[in-house]
Amino acid sequence: MNLTRRLFVRGAAAVVALMALPRVLLAWPAKAFEAKSTSDAMDALYGGTEATESSAVVLGAPDIAENGAVVPISVSCSLDKVESISIIVDKNPSPLAASFDLGPGAVADVSTRLKMGKTSNVIAVVKADGQLYSAQKEVKVTIGGCGG
Amino acid sequence: MASGIRIKAKLTGDQVEVKTLMKHEMETGTRKDSKTGETVPAHYIQEVKAEINGNVVMTANWGPAVSKNPYLSFNVNGAKAGDTLKISWVDNKGETDSAETTIS
Repeated sequence: MNLTRRLFVRGAAAVVALMALPRVLLAWPAKAFEAKSTSDAMDALYGGTEATESSAVVLGAPDIAENGAVVPISVSCSLDKVESISIIVDKNPSPLAASFDLGPGAVADVSTRLKMGKTSNVIAVVKADGQLYSAQKEVKVTIGGCGG
Repeated sequence: MASGIRIKAKLTGDQVEVKTLMKHEMETGTRKDSKTGETVPAHYIQEVKAEINGNVVMTANWGPAVSKNPYLSFNVNGAKAGDTLKISWVDNKGETDSAETTIS
């Protein structure tokens, strides 16, 4: 095989590999999402694990989730100046599931659907006016949502 | 390519309730293919952005624990009829999708 051709092929392969690299999101808190425990995730996301349990944080989750692949979760909060809302599934391989940053005008009321591997506490963490508040609820899962 | 995002925006007073469904596999990276036994690589939405008239009103950071074909609903104050609502996402492979609707 002639050398220039080989070089060209190598170069082309390198370019393709470079282009295939995922675009890294700067704002995405990778460390928090990769954390393997609730406290590590909290620490990475908020720089602390202390959250006051508060009745102002309303976590909507089913008592029993028949299908762990789709568990409807909603979080609302009656406090003022809510900056962010995070949802943590304690027993998932990576507990942090979602984190919402609220901009001006956004109401502290979000809902989505999550996957749960097994029965676990679901924790909602709300950051309002610089303070952390939380609420939690156990959701029983009959069929897991991871793998399958 | 047609957008895989569906948006419903309902205005009540000056508060808009946004419901959206996004088409996405949301692979966790831990699931094994039942035929080949190989791990299916992770492929999930990392960031969802909601903008009204170009101003970001909410940013959602997601991990792979969000369900397949994600559903998201949220509310925004201070919206009015005729405002443009844009939803866009970026996944961990750098793929993106976006959709726009007019609030009415």
